[in-house]
Parts: sequence; structure tokens; C-alpha cells
Amino acid sequence: MMSEKQPLLKIDELRISFNTYAGKVQAVRGVSLTLHAGEVLAMVGESGCGKSVTAQSILQLNPVPPTVVEGGSITLEGKDLLKYSDAEMRKIRGHEISMIFQDPMTSLNPTTRVGKQITEAILKHQKVSRKEAYSRAVDMLRMVGLSNPEQRMRQYPHEFSGGMRQRAMIAMALVCNPKILIADEPTTALDVTIQSQIVDLLLDLRQKLGTAILIITHDMGVVADIADRVAVMYAGVVVEQGSVRDLFYHPRHPYTWGLLDSIPKLDHSDEPLIPIQGTPPDLLNPPKGCPFAARCDYCMAVCHDHLPEETEAGEGHTVRCWLQHEFAPHVNNRFEREDK
Amino acid sequence: MARYFVKRLLMAILTLWLILTATFIMMKSIPGDPFANEKMILPEIRANMEAKYGLDKPLFEQYITYMNNLLHGDFGISFKYKGRSVNEIIATGFPVSAALGLSACAVGLALGIIFGILAAVKRGKWPDYLVIIISILGVSVPAFVFGSLFQYVFAVKLKWFPVAGWGTFAAFVLPTLALGLRMIAYIARMMRTSMLDVMSQDYIKTAKAKGLSGMSIIWKHAFRNAVMPIITVSGSMIASTMVGSFVMENIFNIPGMGKYLVNAVKDSDYTMIMGMTAFYAIIMIVTMLLVDVVYMLVDPRVKMD
Amino acid sequence: MTKKTEHEITRQMFEQLPVDTAATTSQRPSTTFWKDAWRRLKKNHVAMASVAVLLLITLMAIFAPMLSPYDYATQDIFAVNKGPSAEHWFGTDTLGRDIFTRCWIGARVSLTIALVATIINVLIGILYGGVSGYFGGKVDLIMMRGVEIIYTIPDLLWVILLMVIMGSGLNTIIIAIAITGWGSMARLVRGQILQMKSSEYVMASQTLGGRFSHIIAKHMIPNIMGPIIIDLTFSIPSAIFTEATLSYLGMGIPVPLASWGTLANDGAKMLQLYPYQLFFPALLISLTMLSFNLLGDGLRDAFDPKLRH
Repeated sequence: MMSEKQPLLKIDELRISFNTYAGKVQAVRGVSLTLHAGEVLAMVGESGCGKSVTAQSILQLNPVPPTVVEGGSITLEGKDLLKYSDAEMRKIRGHEISMIFQDPMTSLNPTTRVGKQITEAILKHQKVSRKEAYSRAVDMLRMVGLSNPEQRMRQYPHEFSGGMRQRAMIAMALVCNPKILIADEPTTALDVTIQSQIVDLLLDLRQKLGTAILIITHDMGVVADIADRVAVMYAGVVVEQGSVRDLFYHPRHPYTWGLLDSIPKLDHSDEPLIPIQGTPPDLLNPPKGCPFAARCDYCMAVCHDHLPEETEAGEGHTVRCWLQHEFAPHVNNRFEREDK
Repeated sequence: MARYFVKRLLMAILTLWLILTATFIMMKSIPGDPFANEKMILPEIRANMEAKYGLDKPLFEQYITYMNNLLHGDFGISFKYKGRSVNEIIATGFPVSAALGLSACAVGLALGIIFGILAAVKRGKWPDYLVIIISILGVSVPAFVFGSLFQYVFAVKLKWFPVAGWGTFAAFVLPTLALGLRMIAYIARMMRTSMLDVMSQDYIKTAKAKGLSGMSIIWKHAFRNAVMPIITVSGSMIASTMVGSFVMENIFNIPGMGKYLVNAVKDSDYTMIMGMTAFYAIIMIVTMLLVDVVYMLVDPRVKMD
Repeated sequence: MTKKTEHEITRQMFEQLPVDTAATTSQRPSTTFWKDAWRRLKKNHVAMASVAVLLLITLMAIFAPMLSPYDYATQDIFAVNKGPSAEHWFGTDTLGRDIFTRCWIGARVSLTIALVATIINVLIGILYGGVSGYFGGKVDLIMMRGVEIIYTIPDLLWVILLMVIMGSGLNTIIIAIAITGWGSMARLVRGQILQMKSSEYVMASQTLGGRFSHIIAKHMIPNIMGPIIIDLTFSIPSAIFTEATLSYLGMGIPVPLASWGTLANDGAKMLQLYPYQLFFPALLISLTMLSFNLLGDGLRDAFDPKLRH
């Protein structure tokens, strides 16, 4: 197990909080993740679970007051990014690690030509002429599937549709050939038909460029389509982590079960969707036990008082749940099925 | 783009016509004869004027004459002072007021924008508080207080500048600063808010994620977007200061439009007031049109509408 | 969290518990919009200090002239241009009148003009903007064109034109300010109503069978009130400003009555010899303006916490 190659990106016991005037919100409470070269890792969870905060902290994009990194480390190929100065971080952003955001309608500067917004990233990180930067940008726009790239370069974002803007964002992010692309809910704001096109595009680009992707989503459908591995987050902690196969065929955490219940299934259209009851805990004063305890159908006395540790449930499959404990009663796992 | 401009132009002409009509009605609704308390005017002059301005004709004809005169660039004459016309006042007063107003606007816009950006970038630190204090004081203290204070401190006490007058650069400094200060305050406050708003937009995060430095984010991405609201308000601001500041021209005894208008009001010189208001409205509307054009050049989204 | 807790884990702790749905609901207490806004305003020391200053100025305007041994109009040729002293706190003017008393009479006049004029133009603005926004379409287009025309010429010039027609005096100033200053309020109310007409919560209320009066009372008014109150706090100082400027230009209150503007005008004439005569009225105007502006900022933060960061 330890002999595996060094991960590209390793997040270890990351803790982040926000100082608000109501008090300290503990948004991320000890998250550990690994991302290997060329791999797609999906982070899933409902809004406010800390997935975006975790992702933005990799590039230190969270606004500095109120965000405070309380502890942990983020290492890129063995270098601790949290110890980097701002100037050093700027060389990482857009060059080694790029990021795209949820709403392509607001993520591009409305008063600057799309072409300039792309070449700007090239000129910042690579010593090339303007002409060379221009032709690279055109190639990149063609690669992300925009027709007439020369004409598109001269246009402004408002002349693009939502899907086209997200393609332009992806082109901008990948034009310096980064090792990692962080995609923060890249499909959420788009039409369903466009969503799958964007997912296909990301997979295609991963194939061509070998970029590792950290994708954040709350859509289990997108996860199934794109991810190699999945981390399920809840209330600032990773509750279950494993391969897509582990998560869909051998899920262990009741919260993961809840998420799977909430996906519509084509073959069982008569089955009702089962929502998870209740709301996540207030992270101003997070519960000392398992954060999911109050909403969990299998809640035990221990769950309210003690946060379960991550336990191995298989190779590369970890679960943070008291049901994994030797004392726990046996629970019938209706999601468990044979691998295809 | 051309269509948009033509539409704006037509709107401007309509607005102008309505304002001029309103001014006409307002002035005609003043009870009494414009010559009622005039003793200086000789009967033959009076008859001459009445004929020229059709004052003995029905109201509608007077209106036509008034509009026709305006179309030919004749803003009317003073009924109080013999041989003084509005055109003459405009010719002597407007260049003075425009020079003062435009330089005050230049100072106000330039410093206001710089201070606003500085405050937004250093939010919560001392430059921010300093700019907030200056801008709140600037909008809280009336212009005549600033004017008088500047005059007292820098001209009377320190004798750095002349107390009043016009024509030399030294005489120009104090009224420009006193007039500009309010604008600095107003623009800085607005720019700060606008800049903070823009800095929280997603595309700024995108720029940061690209690896751009703080400076290039501010100048290449934030500035152009943040300055839009300033362009919108600057039109009426430039226009209204260009045609003369009532207060500053009085304090510093500057022979500009504002001083003439105040005198006309004090003298109840109605035709003068009417003529100057008409000129005022024209300048205002032309400036607004120019601002629209600037806006079109700066914001690419406008061209599509 | 590692070994120590591991020891405390016992078998009986693994007993299943019934699902407690009550525990899953949010624990933060819910408050009403107004209570919440008030709570935030109370925390804002600058805004609360401004309220205190405004209260003090109002109380002084009411009581100071009554308690002062001097009359605002009585001239005293033996006490002309006296600097501030124990007898005359703010000194006396060129006619030997007590500036302290005159300042508070001036406060009465200036504040009355500002309050009455502002209330009238807020009412006109709400009505005009409300009608425009409510009917929308062509009515809205024409009505808003009207506002634009009024906007083309600055308030001060309109006021001057009206004063020329109506003659100067206290009532004229009030009317002139009241009927020229409603444009921004009309725009604001119209904007809010248009926004609300298309908002989902009003639509939701309509689909649920909410009656029109209910929608207005429960949804529209509470949502519009915040911006209106903020605008009001900024309109009062601008009315004070307009009055002061008019009086300063000699188009304001007739003598011997005083407003802050006329006092400043009188003071400015004597500035080179007796600067204190301008200082006190200027200070009072500036202090009042400052308090209203700071209170307005505070209210904006209180009503719209989004703008805080």
C-alpha cells in the first residue's frame, strides 16, 4: 500500500474556519484527500459541506479575512503550498493548477475580449511572443470545440452562450497545460444537454492532455460519468472515500446511501426518490459526535458523543462511521451488490 | 450602435423641447407684466421689444417666436438692463464658468477615482478610513463653508492666493479646489463601493486563479468595470458644474454664468432667467449624449442593445 | 481523539436510537426582519451616536430659544460683534443679536423645512413610483420619461425657478423643495415594485390565493420600507443643503427670521473680521449633515447585511 507512487496532490488534515461577526464557522474540519496524476477525483456533498472551500484553499483563493487556515497541509509533488508566499502562489495558479467555476455567465470579465483573457494567462506564465500566445489560444479554443476560434477571440463574453463560455473558461484554464484542473461545479449552472457535453469535453481533454481533475459536484450522475475516485463530504469532514466502484456498489456510510437514494433511476421509474430528512448542522457550533447523527436512520448513542475515525473498508476505501466498529449491530446494506 | 445613438438623440431632442416648453410656461405664469416695475425703460424701447418678442401677441404666437429665436441661437434679452442680451452673458460668462467647472471636474474625477480605488484595495486599513472620513466630511460640509474657509485660511490669513477675482492662475486655484473637493468626496465614495462590488465578482476570482498579481487584477480587470457608474454620473456632474457654480462664483466674485443667474434672480429679470435656463438645458443634454457615446465605447455590452 | 476515546467506547453505546426529527431542524433562533435590522443597528456605535446627536439638536431647537434670556430678533447696539463669552455663548452678530439663540431658531426653521419638504416629496415619490411600477408598460414608460426630464435640470435650478415664480418665503421654499426632490424616490419605489412583481415569493403568494391587499401589506410594504427609510435619511440632509444654499445666495428666509443658511450667509460676510459668526452655524449644519449621512450608512448596513462585506 505504501509503495504506491507519490500522489500529485495531497491534502492532509486540513482545517479552515471563517471569522464572522456571529462567531467562528468551522467550514473544513480535518479533510484528507489525495489526487494522483491523470486521475479524476470527485468531491460530492450538499451545499455548505465545505467542498468548495477545500478546493479554493488549494489555490488560496478564499478571501483572507475572514478565512483562516487552522491547520493541516496541502502538498503539490512534495511541496507544501500553504507555506508558499503570495508571489510563489501566483506561479502555481493557472500554471501548475488551474480552476474553473460554477457560473460561466459571471466568471468571464464582461468588458474584456475573450481572446485577451486567454492570452493573458499564457503571457503571464510562459515566455512567448504575443503572436505565439495568440496562436496557442486559438488552438486551445479549437480544442475545446468552439467553431471559428479566430472570430471568437475578438468577441466579448456576452456574445457567447452559457455552454460556450464554460468552454472558453476551460480553454483559459488548460492553455498553460497545468497538472491539475479544479472544476468547481462546472455543470451546475448549465442546461442538462450542455452539462453532458461539458463532462464529455473534460474527459476528452484529460485523455489528450493527461490533466488530473478535481471536480466538485452535488450531482451523483456527473460523478458516475466522470470520476475515478470519489470523496463524499458532509459538514466539513470526508465521510467516505473510495473508487467509483466502491461508492456505487459497496457504499458503507448512511449519508452515501442517502445520496444514492436521491438519484432518479431510469430502470425503476416507479420508485419514489427518497430525500434525506432534516438539515446539516450549524458549523458555528458543530456537534462533537458524528455530524450526520441527527439525520441518520441508524444512529446509536455513541454517534452523538464521539466523532468516528476513518476506517479502511477495502483497498483505498475509507469510511468514517461507527457502523464499521466491531461492536456495531449488523445493518442490512441494500446498496451492496456484485461488481459487474 | 448607430441605431442606438439615433434613438438617444431623438430622446434628447424631445426632452429638450419639453424642458424649454416648461420653462416658457413657468415664466409666462408669473403674475404681472414683465415691465411693471420698470421705470428706466423708455416707451419706444418697450414698444420695440414688444414687437420683437411678440409680447402683445397671443400666448401661442409668443411661444412660436420664442422657440424660433432659440432655434436661431437667440436666447433673448434682458428686460432690466438696456442693451444686455442673454447671448452676450453666455459669451462672457460661459467660458469663465466652463474653465472653472471643467478643471474642478478634472481634479474631482481624477482624485476621486484614485482615492476610491485606494480605499477599496486597502479596505479596513488606515487609507480606507481616511478616505471614508474625507468623503463623509466632503458631502456633509456645505460648499459655501468650504469656499469661505479656503478663502479665509489661504487667502486672508496665509495670503498664498488672491482673495477674489479672475484672470490669473493664482486666482483660479482656490475656487477650483473648493469646487473639486465635493466631487472628490462624492466620486471617491462611489468608486469605493463600486470597486468593492467588482472585486467580489466571479471574474476577479478567475483572474486571480490565472495567477495574475494584485495590481494587474485591479487595473486590467476591476478598474474598467468599476468605473462604469462613475461615467454614468459624470455627465450631469460635468454639465452642471460647467455652466457655473452659484456659490463659488459668488464667494470668489468670479464673472461666470452662476453669478449672472443669481443676479438675474435677485433682480427678477425673467427673460434673462428663461434664456439662461434654456442654455443650461441644452448644455446638459448635449453632455449627457456625449456621456452615452463614451459609455458605448467603454462597455461592449451596450452595442448589442 | 485517538486512543483515549477508543477506551471509552463500550458495547452498550452501540444501541440504536429512534430517529429524532426535532433535532435535525436548525438551532439558530429566527427573528423578524425589523428586529434583526434593529439589532444590527444597535451594534453600530457610529449610527447610534448619530441618532444621539440628532436628538440633541432637535431638543435644543425646541427648548433652547425658550430658555435663552435673549430674543432672536432683538438688537443690542451695545453688544455688537462680541466674541463668544459667558453671556453670549456663540457671541453676537453685527446687530448685537445673540447668535446662540439665533442658531437654534435657525435649527427650527431649517429642520422644519427639511422634514416637511422631505415628507411631502417622499409621499409624492411613493405615489408616482408606485403607480408607474404597478401599471408598468406604456404608463411606466411615459411616467419615467417625465422623471428623466425633471432630472435633466438639477434640483437647485428648479427650486430657483419656482422661487422666482412664487416669490420667496418659508412656505415657498418648502413647496419648491418638496415638488422638485421626489424623482429619486419615485425611481426607487418603481424599481422595487417592478422587481417584486416578478419575484417568486409574490408569485407564490398569488398562487396560494393570497389576496392583493394581503400581498401588498405582507410582502410589498415590508420589502420597500427598508430602501425608503434609507433614502429618507439621505433626503433630509439634501433638503437642509438646498435651503442653506438658497438662503446663502440671498433667496431664502426673509429677515429677521433665521435659518442656518441665512446665518451662514451673514457670517460669511463678516468672515474676515469675525470668523466665529460663520463658524457656529456652519458647524451645526455640518454636524447635522454628518449625522444624517452616518445614520443613513448605518441603516443601509442594518437593512441589507449583504452589503456589509
